[in-house]
Amino acid sequence: MSTTVTLAAPRAGETAAVARPLRRRKREWQGWFFTWPFAVVFVFAFMAPLLYALWLSLFQNRLVGGNSFVGLGNYEAAFRDPAFWDGFGRVFGFLLVQVPLMLLLALVAALAIDSARLYATGLFRVVIFLPYAVPAVVAVLMWGFLYSDNFGLTAGINDWLGSDVLRPFAPSWVTVSIGNIVTWEYVGYNMVIFYSALRTIPAELYEAAELDGASSSQVIKAIKLPAARGAIVIATIFSIIGSFQLFNEPNVLKPLANNVISSHFTPNMYAYNLSFAGQQYNYSATVAIIMGVITAAIAYVVQIRGTRKEDR
Amino acid sequence: MPTRRRIHLAARRGFSVTRPPKSVALTLVTAMFLVYALVPIAWLVINSTKTQPDLFSTFGFSFGDSFALWDNLVATLTYDDGIFVRWLGNTLLYVVLGAGGATFLATLSGYGLAKYRFPGRKAYFAVVLGAVAVPGTALAVPTFLLFSQLGMTNTPWAIIVPSLISPFGLYLVWVYTVESVPTELLEAARLDGAGELRTFFTISVRLLAPAIVTVALFAVVATWNNYFLPLIMLSDPGWYPLTVGLNQWSAQASGVAAEPIFNLVVTGSLVTIVPIIAIFLFLQRFWQSGLSAGSVKQ
Repeated sequence: MSTTVTLAAPRAGETAAVARPLRRRKREWQGWFFTWPFAVVFVFAFMAPLLYALWLSLFQNRLVGGNSFVGLGNYEAAFRDPAFWDGFGRVFGFLLVQVPLMLLLALVAALAIDSARLYATGLFRVVIFLPYAVPAVVAVLMWGFLYSDNFGLTAGINDWLGSDVLRPFAPSWVTVSIGNIVTWEYVGYNMVIFYSALRTIPAELYEAAELDGASSSQVIKAIKLPAARGAIVIATIFSIIGSFQLFNEPNVLKPLANNVISSHFTPNMYAYNLSFAGQQYNYSATVAIIMGVITAAIAYVVQIRGTRKEDR
Repeated sequence: MPTRRRIHLAARRGFSVTRPPKSVALTLVTAMFLVYALVPIAWLVINSTKTQPDLFSTFGFSFGDSFALWDNLVATLTYDDGIFVRWLGNTLLYVVLGAGGATFLATLSGYGLAKYRFPGRKAYFAVVLGAVAVPGTALAVPTFLLFSQLGMTNTPWAIIVPSLISPFGLYLVWVYTVESVPTELLEAARLDGAGELRTFFTISVRLLAPAIVTVALFAVVATWNNYFLPLIMLSDPGWYPLTVGLNQWSAQASGVAAEPIFNLVVTGSLVTIVPIIAIFLFLQRFWQSGLSAGSVKQ
């Protein structure tokens, strides 16, 4: 590839009038030297599955009659499917409670670490981030043991309180238990996103604030939070995506939680079970697409609103 | 200039907004985050030293009657003809090819998008940015359906190929290239007769090192921790990565022919997280220097 460039260079020197457009055209396509490998894999492993899923969602496979085109029939069915809405409602509620709570905690941690008032700041930064490196499967197994009556933490706390308030695997509690695991996994990750945004604030701004006699809460409100706004929007979008896609945690917890977690506990689990337990590939693809569209739409709205606030 | 003024202020008052006094109270409050992060990991470390009966009969945060860490390790690595070692090897294969490839492709492409104007560039960028919003797991089931048509399921490629795509990594490299690879430098190299690829590998890659390490860090974590994709794609336990294998061991405790091996699940989990945490801490040092370099520049 470098030969094309060295070939092009002397030619440009010979006759300027002819060579320049030639050279420019070569230069114009050079970007593709760098970008085609990603593009090829992207088309194969991203676009193709997406289009294939769209295609599949337009058909139905019946025992009698075989494969037939049904148009938007699968989508209609999904919108009337209580199992789908049950899972959807659960992740939506999860998202409304867990995401703000986790992001607030992450912001508090980031502000504390950024305040430069902690002893051993570096230790805090690394250790709080550490759970992010733990695979979801291992995180759920660990917390699953801690939640269980035999092994761990909740049993100990219940003994100590002399009651059984904490029943992490009870049907009404299990979503909270999952929320705790997800928070544990990602609070440090979000903290790092916020912290890196706070680090970009120039020192002059703080000095100006100090000269004006601003209190530290005023500094947080007037300087730090506006600076972190972009990071908060990004973290919110990623967390929304994560919530709608909830799969690993409930799926790994399922056998430990004595099956209070149903096969349609989240839309993603529903899509998975439709494919692998039910062989309903067309319907499964439909559910995946609906969730993808809803997620992308909400992420888009958050982004628009987040940036609009920034302008104000 | 600004630095001098800051030192001056600090010298006069002893403390400033950028150099406030340390606070014991705030440290203690923040330490609760530390405890939260460490409790499950501490539990895992303590309980990997217990035999299975001890696991049930002794308190979770105290050591058992016997210290069986070594026995547990040996049992974990040799159980079922050493299937765990196989899973570890598979995970390494997926990480090296998947995360390595993802980092390479994202770096090349992010750099190309940042430094070249070429036909289709805007569309390229828009599509990839759109892909950041499309959640990876939404694609998992459709990818499975497509790959099974192509006969690619139940092979390592089914895990490696989808791992090669990191739109977020591409975006990160793009942002970093715009900020830290001066176009004048590339022009100078061109005038010296260096080819575009040579310029990239000798000059740009060095400037991009912090971004590349960051992308690699996230790609390694993502592939090491990947669960959904291999769960869907693989039916032969011989190709499982650690995550799917461990979950299978855990599920072995319930069901018809229940044969609980909780001590192996616990020890296996510990063995699974030790390398990734080590890589993480090791890369973190580079990464933090990249972070602070970025903030100094601003």
